Amino acid sequence: MADRLASWRAARPTAGGLADRLRPYRVILAARARAQLQYRASFVTDILGTVGVGLTEFAEVWIIFHNVELLGGLDFTAALLVFALSNIGFSLADMLVGHLDTLPTYIRMGQVDAFYVRPLPLLTQFMTSDISLRRVGRFAVAVVALVVALTTADVRWSAAKVVLIAVTIVSGTAIFSALFTAAGGLQFFFVDGAEFTNSMTYGGSYAAQQSQRVFPDPLRVLWTFVIPTAFVAYLPTLAILDLPGDRLAPVWLAWCSPVAALAAWLAAALCWRAGTRHYQGAGG
Amino acid sequence: MTSPPNGAAAGPIIETVDLVRDFKRTRAVDHLSVAVAAGESVGYIGANGAGKSTTIKMLTGILQPTSGLVRTCGLDPMRRRVDVARRTGVVFGQRSQLWWDLPLHESFTILAAIHRLEPGQARARIERLVDQLEMGPQLAAPVRSLSLGQRMRAEIAAALLHEPELLILDEPTIGLDVLSKQRLREFLLEERRERGTTLLLTTHDMGDIERLCGRVLVIDEGRLAFDGTLAGLARTVGARRVLVIDLAEPTGELSDIPHTAVLAVEGDGLRQRLAFDASETTAAAVLAAVSARAQVRDLAIEEPDIEDVVRRIYAASGRG
Repeated sequence: MADRLASWRAARPTAGGLADRLRPYRVILAARARAQLQYRASFVTDILGTVGVGLTEFAEVWIIFHNVELLGGLDFTAALLVFALSNIGFSLADMLVGHLDTLPTYIRMGQVDAFYVRPLPLLTQFMTSDISLRRVGRFAVAVVALVVALTTADVRWSAAKVVLIAVTIVSGTAIFSALFTAAGGLQFFFVDGAEFTNSMTYGGSYAAQQSQRVFPDPLRVLWTFVIPTAFVAYLPTLAILDLPGDRLAPVWLAWCSPVAALAAWLAAALCWRAGTRHYQGAGG
Repeated sequence: MTSPPNGAAAGPIIETVDLVRDFKRTRAVDHLSVAVAAGESVGYIGANGAGKSTTIKMLTGILQPTSGLVRTCGLDPMRRRVDVARRTGVVFGQRSQLWWDLPLHESFTILAAIHRLEPGQARARIERLVDQLEMGPQLAAPVRSLSLGQRMRAEIAAALLHEPELLILDEPTIGLDVLSKQRLREFLLEERRERGTTLLLTTHDMGDIERLCGRVLVIDEGRLAFDGTLAGLARTVGARRVLVIDLAEPTGELSDIPHTAVLAVEGDGLRQRLAFDASETTAAAVLAAVSARAQVRDLAIEEPDIEDVVRRIYAASGRG
């Protein structure tokens, strides 16, 4: 551990060296993006596909509120804000590191070995090994929903709320990225564990889209303190719309999303480390 | 970072001491102790599953040893994987390190960036390798469209971009046609002549060993079964050459030719395969003896086959 800390310290970039340090990743990502943009027609189809996914998710919210006024203490506008924030976080994370859940394929192809013989940290190599530009479709739907929700809702604007929205988007993306990373790490143990890890990532995303009050208490504790997706959208929505919280969701908790993101990342890093250690231990 | 760039010059570039690696039910590498000096060219041979790939994975920091010591370029590959990666080039024959959906030149550019080569220096190195390996026409083609031979040359160029001290090739010529093998070997010889790169290669092809390797390591069930020159190996196991003789008429088995053993009789004795040890007799003497018996129409000489050599080592050590 001390050794690892020392190497992190040694690897910490100086102000001038940062661009230099990030250059390998920039070159890889640019090449990945070019490869995806190369086939216009298929890229456009892919984007339409992810727009479709976003719209389907939205339809679910719309249909529910077509039939009920309030669900879990949220009206349609509030639910739309929850939908928007969670989808922005999820689609950004999915775009950046969603490919970590294809790790079993990498392992079977022996691609993991190629990563080991390159002079870069494994996790950053995996994270930057691809970028799914097509997921911009779902992101776009979510952004539109955010704008609609914030303009139709009766928001008492303040500088603090603008900051809160920005912090929420960053933390939400970080939390979902951590889930993908943890899922990737766990898949070193269960090469066919995609079902299990999907329940963390996609299940977490589903939970993030709901009012927490529709869940029984044990699940609320799970979504707040174990897989912290309540921080992605529900808690910030309470704070932005000045809605009352409750004992499991005090409104001030909305400001703690960076802490939740940090905790999620610590757990994710541990999963990842254990996973790569296990791979080295068990062979490929 | 803290180690001098030529830290390996003092000691061996590869060193293992009592290296052991266990898998669930088997011991893949069993107390392997080997030292390879910088500049050597070593063939690492053995049957499938003998422990070659496991050794390479431990040398490159992919696998943790169960016990024993492993040092690559003087470094512990588990703790200093990134530094080892900077100083070694590795090609896993069956696995690509290239980006299959990108044009080949992009793979080179990306790897140059990964190794933080200065752009001008990278361009010169890529140009030189592309020129030597005659890959110019393929540079714009996506990697997935390359032939096996073209891809293997590209893999080796990719592994050599950063001018590593040590090049590890796992089955570099497997599946290649004769001409592609030839070109690859010539390139490797030239690279070694120019830069003195240490080479460790695993192969099933005796031709690779004969052309490229000054030293042979044979591994059997994880243990070092032989360490020496190719000639020494042939002497040790008495690797035999085989004379294939086509006769004008069906002839009985040529069982009494001195210093030979009949391996096979085909077509009622029209073709016979005689094995002989080069240290005991010569092809000419065998041919003369056969000619005294029957009329020879055609002949061919087969060199020792690596599988045969390995089998004989196993037989000599009491295994099957």
